[in-house]
Amino acid sequence: MEFGLSEEHRMVQRTAREFAAREILPVASQLDAEHRFPTEIVRGLGELGLMGVMVPEAYGGAGMDNVAYALAMEEVARACASTAAIMSVNNSLVCDPILRYGTEDQRRRYLPVLASGREVGCYCLTEPSAGSDAASLQTTARLDGDRWVLNGTKAFVTNAREAWVFVVYARTEEEPGARGISAFLVERDHPGISVGKVERKMGLLASSTCEVLLEDCRVPRDNLLGRRGEGFKVALSTLDGGRIGIAAQAVGIARAALEESVGYAKQRRQFGRPIAEFQAIQWKIADMATRIDAARLLTLRAAWLRDQGKRCTLEASMAKLFASETAMWAAHQGVQIFGGYGYIKDYPVERYFRDAKITEIYEGTSEIQRMVIARNLLS
Amino acid sequence: MDVVVCVKQVPDTEQPIRVRPDGSGIDDQGLNWILNYYDEHAVEEALRVREKHGGTVTVVCVGPPRAAEAVRTALAMGADEAVHVADPALEGADHLAVARVLARVIGQLRYDLVLCGRLATDDNASVVGAALAEYLGLPQATAISKLQIGDSLATVEREVEGGVELVKVPLPALFTVERTINEPRYPTLPGIMKARRKEIRTLGLADLGLEPGEVGAQASRVRYTRFEPPPRRQAGQVVTPDSPEEAARVIVRFLQETAKVL
Repeated sequence: MEFGLSEEHRMVQRTAREFAAREILPVASQLDAEHRFPTEIVRGLGELGLMGVMVPEAYGGAGMDNVAYALAMEEVARACASTAAIMSVNNSLVCDPILRYGTEDQRRRYLPVLASGREVGCYCLTEPSAGSDAASLQTTARLDGDRWVLNGTKAFVTNAREAWVFVVYARTEEEPGARGISAFLVERDHPGISVGKVERKMGLLASSTCEVLLEDCRVPRDNLLGRRGEGFKVALSTLDGGRIGIAAQAVGIARAALEESVGYAKQRRQFGRPIAEFQAIQWKIADMATRIDAARLLTLRAAWLRDQGKRCTLEASMAKLFASETAMWAAHQGVQIFGGYGYIKDYPVERYFRDAKITEIYEGTSEIQRMVIARNLLS
Repeated sequence: MDVVVCVKQVPDTEQPIRVRPDGSGIDDQGLNWILNYYDEHAVEEALRVREKHGGTVTVVCVGPPRAAEAVRTALAMGADEAVHVADPALEGADHLAVARVLARVIGQLRYDLVLCGRLATDDNASVVGAALAEYLGLPQATAISKLQIGDSLATVEREVEGGVELVKVPLPALFTVERTINEPRYPTLPGIMKARRKEIRTLGLADLGLEPGEVGAQASRVRYTRFEPPPRRQAGQVVTPDSPEEAARVIVRFLQETAKVL
C-alpha cells in the first residue's frame, strides 16, 4: 500500500497549483461576473500540457496519466470551476475518444491543436429529450456519397460557443436504443452546424453551455469516429475518464470552500473571539476536511485503476457521486460559516455554491451513478 | 555559453515551520521540500542565456538524497544536465564547506557563467554564492536584477539604495540573482516527462577526492547551538475614533509614547 505521490505527480500538482494561484485565482470572480470565456488562461493551460494531459507526446500532448490529470484538475477547480469544466471536456470527452477510437489521420489532425489550448473541443451527446437516457437520442446521420449528413438538436453542450471540433453522437441505423448510434467529428466550419441558444446558467458562468443545431450538416465520410454503430460504446468508455475528471473538479470546489472557510473563521470575530473558537464552526470544518479527504482518495483510486488498464466503472461512479455531493455539501457549509457574507458576491463561497451544484448533474446525475453502482453490486 | 546553476532544496515556507522541542533544529515532519525560489530565478536566467546564446545549462546541488527532487524540478524547467552531491558526511556542513564542495564539482565542468540565487529561504545566509566565487577565483556580482551577455563581458544591474548600479564583469564570472531579475517559467508537463529521462549524476565525497575532514561537520566553523521560535506576535490594538482628526491624534500618541519611534 502506497499513498504517496511520485516525484512527477508532485511536480504536476505544483505546476498546476502555482499557475492556478497566479493566473486563474485573481480573475476567477471577474470571469464569473462577466460570463467571460478565459481564452488566455486556456492557452496557458495548453502551454503547460494541461489541455491534453493524457495525449501522447507524439501528438503534442503531455503523455501523462489519469492521476496527473486528477491532481491538476483539482488545483484548477480550486481556483475556478468554470475553467476546470473547459479543461475537463477537452481532455476527457474530446481528446480521449479521439485517442482511443480515432484513426491515425484523425489523431494527427485534431490532437496537437486541442492539446495546445489554441482550440477547444466539445461533446454533443445530450438532446432536449435525451438526457440520462442518452441511448434514446434522435439525431440522425445518413451516408450520402462521400459525406455523412447529420440532422438534429443537441443540448447543454459545454464549450460549444468556442469549440473547433464537436464530437457528435447520432443514429446511423434504424435500430432503436444504444445499438444504432455512431460518433462523428464535426468541425465548426462544416456546413450545416451552428450554435443555438447560449444557456443562462446558475453557475459555471465563465464557460459556455449551448444548444447545437445540425441542419443537413455535411461532414466527410472519414470523420466517423470509431466503427459505425459503436458510438454508444465510445460514449460510455469516455465517461469513465470523464467522471474521474468531474470528481477531481468537485474535490477542488470543496477544497476551495474549506480553505476560504478556515481563513474566514480565524479572522471573523463574534462574541469577543474568532468564530473558529466555537465548536459549531470547528465541527463543520472537521467534517468538511474529512469528507474532502475521502472524496480525493476515491478519485485518485479510480484514476490509478484506469492507469493500470483496469476496469474502473464502479470506482469512477463512486468517486464522482461522493465527490460531487461533498462539493455541494461543503459549499453549503461554507456559505453558512460566512453567514450573510456568504450570500453576497463579495466573497467567493457564493460562487462555489452555484458552481458545485452542476457536479451532481453533468456526466451522469447522482441518481445515474447510484444506478451504475447498484447494478455492479446486484447483477 | 555554458551556464552552471547552483540550487538548494528548502522547506516550503507556505506551511508552518516548527522548531523541535529540544531546540536542536527545525522539525522536518510533514514539511514540503521545494526548489529555493531564488534558485528558480537563477535557473530561469540560465535558460534565457541558453535560448539567446546557445550552449548548455548544468544544475549542481549539494544536499541529502531528497534534494534530488529540486534538481529534477530544474531539469523539468529545461536544464540539460545535473550533478547532485549527496554524502552522509556532509550532514552539518556549513556554508563555506558547501561552497568548497560546489567549487570542486564546478572546477571539473566547462562553464562561462555560474549563477546562484541571492539567498536560500531556509537560513537566509547569502554566503554560498559569494564564497563559491572566491574558491573558484571568479569575479562576482551579487543580487543582480539584470544580466546582459556581451563578448567576454557581462553587464549586470544591481539595485542599490536610491538607484541602479551598473557593473561590467569579465567572463567567466559568478552572479547571484535577485527575484526581480525575471519571472520563472513553470515546469510544463512535457518538461516533467523529459526530465524523467535525464540523468542526474549523483556523487559522493570520495568521487570528488574530498575528505569529510575538509568539508564535513568537523571542517565547519559554524555550529548551531540552539533554535528558538520567534516570539508570538501580540494581538494589535483596535481603536475606533469618532473622526479622522481623532484617529490621527491616537496614532501619533501611540507612535510617540508606546512605540517611541517619533
